[in-house]
Amino acid sequence: MSKKLLLEKAHIEGIKSYPVYRREGGYVSVEKALKMKPEEIVEEVKVSGLRGRGGAGFPTGMKWSFLAKPEGVPRYLVCNADESEPGTFKDRYLMEFIPHLLIEGMIASSYALGCNSSYIYIRGEYHWIADILEEAIQEAKDNGWLGDNIQGSGFSCNVYVQRGAGAYICGEETALLESLEGKRGNPRIKPPFPAVKGLWDCPTVVNNVETIAAVVPIINQGGAAYASIGVGKSTGTKLISACGNINKPGVYEIDMTISVEEFIFSDTYCGGIPNGKRLKACIPGGSSVPILPANLLLTTAKGEKRMMNYESLADGGFATGTMMGSGGFIVLDEDQCIVKHTYTLARFYRHESCGQCSPCREGTGWMEKILWNIEQGKGKMSDIDLLWDIQRKIEGNTICPLGDAAAWPVAAAIRHFRDEFEWHVNNPDLCTLQNYGLAHYADPVYVPAT
Amino acid sequence: MAELNKKISVTIDNITVEVEPGTTILQAARLVGGDVTPPAMCYYSKLEGSGGKCRTCLVEVAAGSTADPRPMPKLVASCRTTVMDGMVVKNITSERVMDARNGVVEFLLINHPLDCPICDQAGECHLQDLSYEHGTAGTRYQFARRTFTREDIGPYIQLHMTRCILCYRCVMVGEQVAEQRVHGVVDRGDHAAISTFISKAIDNDFSGNMIDVCPVGALTDRTFRFKNRVWFTKPMDAHRNCENPKCCGKVTLWMRGEEVYRVTARKDPWGEVQSYDGKPGWICNTCRFEKKKASDWTVEGLTTISRHSVIGANKYEEMVMPQETIQKVMGGLEPRKLMNIHSISDVNDPDITLSELPGPAHSVDFDRANSINNQIPENPGDAERHNKQMINKTQG
Amino acid sequence: MTIEFTKERMYKVQEIINKYPAGKQKSALLPVLHLAQEQFNGWLDVPVMDYVAGLLKLDPIEVYEVASFYSMYNLKPVGKYVFEVCQTGPCMLNGSDDIIHYIKNKLKISEGETTADGMFTLKTVECLGACGYAPMMQLGKHYREHLTPAKVDEIVEECRKQAATAANGNGYLS
Repeated sequence: MSKKLLLEKAHIEGIKSYPVYRREGGYVSVEKALKMKPEEIVEEVKVSGLRGRGGAGFPTGMKWSFLAKPEGVPRYLVCNADESEPGTFKDRYLMEFIPHLLIEGMIASSYALGCNSSYIYIRGEYHWIADILEEAIQEAKDNGWLGDNIQGSGFSCNVYVQRGAGAYICGEETALLESLEGKRGNPRIKPPFPAVKGLWDCPTVVNNVETIAAVVPIINQGGAAYASIGVGKSTGTKLISACGNINKPGVYEIDMTISVEEFIFSDTYCGGIPNGKRLKACIPGGSSVPILPANLLLTTAKGEKRMMNYESLADGGFATGTMMGSGGFIVLDEDQCIVKHTYTLARFYRHESCGQCSPCREGTGWMEKILWNIEQGKGKMSDIDLLWDIQRKIEGNTICPLGDAAAWPVAAAIRHFRDEFEWHVNNPDLCTLQNYGLAHYADPVYVPAT
Repeated sequence: MAELNKKISVTIDNITVEVEPGTTILQAARLVGGDVTPPAMCYYSKLEGSGGKCRTCLVEVAAGSTADPRPMPKLVASCRTTVMDGMVVKNITSERVMDARNGVVEFLLINHPLDCPICDQAGECHLQDLSYEHGTAGTRYQFARRTFTREDIGPYIQLHMTRCILCYRCVMVGEQVAEQRVHGVVDRGDHAAISTFISKAIDNDFSGNMIDVCPVGALTDRTFRFKNRVWFTKPMDAHRNCENPKCCGKVTLWMRGEEVYRVTARKDPWGEVQSYDGKPGWICNTCRFEKKKASDWTVEGLTTISRHSVIGANKYEEMVMPQETIQKVMGGLEPRKLMNIHSISDVNDPDITLSELPGPAHSVDFDRANSINNQIPENPGDAERHNKQMINKTQG
Repeated sequence: MTIEFTKERMYKVQEIINKYPAGKQKSALLPVLHLAQEQFNGWLDVPVMDYVAGLLKLDPIEVYEVASFYSMYNLKPVGKYVFEVCQTGPCMLNGSDDIIHYIKNKLKISEGETTADGMFTLKTVECLGACGYAPMMQLGKHYREHLTPAKVDEIVEECRKQAATAANGNGYLS
């Protein structure tokens, strides 16, 4: 059983409310933080090895230390709660069930970064969660954790909630800032980076919900203790939201020392695949990371057991590996169609492209149309190569990572499941009636030992 | 303080230039000129915040700077990346860049109509130039193209959204030049469109500059629509004392005979509005749309510079040719030549100057083995010719 | 109809503007548009957007640009109850196509259409972050998860009942 740092108390009756949260040791990290120097907290976060939990995995302490500190210019902390990556619903869980943890993390982080106004940008559809957060903020304020001169420390801070209005792209940090400024969610061209010129042109740090929440245990236990959990550069715990064809979908906190196999088949986590079906494929880090067939998912190309951590999931690069991403774990059973699934993802990225730069605006729609043709049995063999070429020309050539996010799922699907695409082309009548299943793969089938 | 103004050096396609700190790669490349300069469809040096969107100017940074010579992993938008001292940039010498650029051009063209024959922009269209240089003859796009209905936005400008490549330049003109914006980009993704949203007229005095900055035929001059092809008209520099203090009054008249067909701002070699004393020479709608008689203007003479060949044809007394750089950076290769005739035939030996031959050339003139080394000249003329060739050979 | 926020909403608008530094009232645009949509029948008509522009001292085009960018703003009239059914990958794996098909048949409308009585609108949307509870849809402020045909029937019933009893129900079940 993995150690829990964030969700340990999420199931305690009444933890949503301030009195229970405080009774259970809430806001202790703020008390501790206010007695430290801000630089000391940044140092603890550095020592902890915490990596951004939104998907990119960039070291948080380093990001914090990049924050410019010019005299007389306000700095801002913005929490990215625009969780929209298909397969990812971990932040929602955290905010819905233990909202004070995020608020506590926001206050401590704001103090560390010297921010007096901090914002939580939450996706607009999470309307009721925004209300939960507002309530938690009010409670925190009523109890002297927010507002002027917090706990007599001389530090003042306010935390505000802002709702988005339906745009995946606003999860990209600069698009988020544009949206927070009341504009279209067009990502900015970097540099300058938000650490220098962010919200209203002031230095800004944008962190994911889970990242900010993780600051609480880091301050409570110390960076070194946090770093001792996990393995290698994958320190601490990670929230994984599991979905798709599994018996127990939901949000799990893992300490990154368990194997992918255990995660899927153990009853502690996903509980295996329903109806006795077999595992076909999995996207372990949110829809944009490469899909892997069962064999490569459970074992790396080197023949080692694949583990649920940043390094092991990425082992083999994109040729035979994938990414930890945002921790949106999507499992596909033997009866799922890879072409159709890839099509829905391509449609998603076309729908969510902001339309600013040409490769993404034009390329995502083109891929969607070709995938639809193939799925409908109207594809040509050359379409598969064309798809490959289009994704190749989008990847790396766009303003923001949405281009990459749209290209990778298509690339990985063709890389590992090309025969299924070809089967669609060769069987135009059959492919609308039945799925390819596992039929022709060398050895993707995994049957757990009984 | 001299330190502050110290120039830094950047190498683009093996050509090194010294530039002011803060210069972008694209601006540095424009100082070099020729083929080394990446194309730009959305960047417009006179519009703040422009660029970075079309991705045609992507280049490879092979070395970040002298201090940190690591290459940049991704291609970068040269219009929005500032140079560092000792930076090494590859544009046409990078296969990655050419591959990406061909991709971008294909993306820009999949939804762009092939209506150049009836488009007013044809002949001075940047997308046309770009697709000649980087496009392919056929298309791999097999779906219906995105279309929009044409819209007259006010009495002077027609918006033909189907042709738009969403460079955002006209939006920036609305914001920065016209000072009041009634149009913008609505919707998102592949539905995004330039629009007033409520079919409103754009009546600001400087709105006409939107036509000049549009790289394609999405915004056209209604007073010129279908009146003539630009290459049939003769561009003449002219000016008038415009009452509007913000109007520069210096224009190009596009004439046929004595008739003024169209008035535009003057363009620099990069197709942007010409600057005067560091200020862009935007013109007002009165000058552009209302002054259509030659007598309204003081005509200075033929426009001398244009990088657009179709318009340039036979119109210029002092055509300034852009610097030819392709040979320099491609190690002497001339990729635009179909073949090098010298390397496949003994005829047309470049060492033989035909104009210096006293009579018509025959085979003996080119037959090196016989005519130069072995054959004894039979008549006096031949002897002279023989000697000359021998001199050429030994020098070569 | 005069377009004006109610007193309570006007107070809220001021509260929202106060969240930002002076002069940055444009930041309030998204939340204020949400408020407007709530009050004015679930969608944003041009006069409504112009009103918001006036409130926040913006050019109307700035409001149109933003309103048309985000998928939660409706720029056309919608029914009292908008079913926003997710159809992205994880929901698809769990049968969202069948649910959409079922709703279409039951209400006799296609995607993007509203029933003749103006009660229901069906929208297909992309990932709403409820992948573990698929298939799902958003109805007003809340998510309805683990959808089955029977559950859809229940929801439709619930809406009809609420519409019949609520004096001024504007589509938001809470």
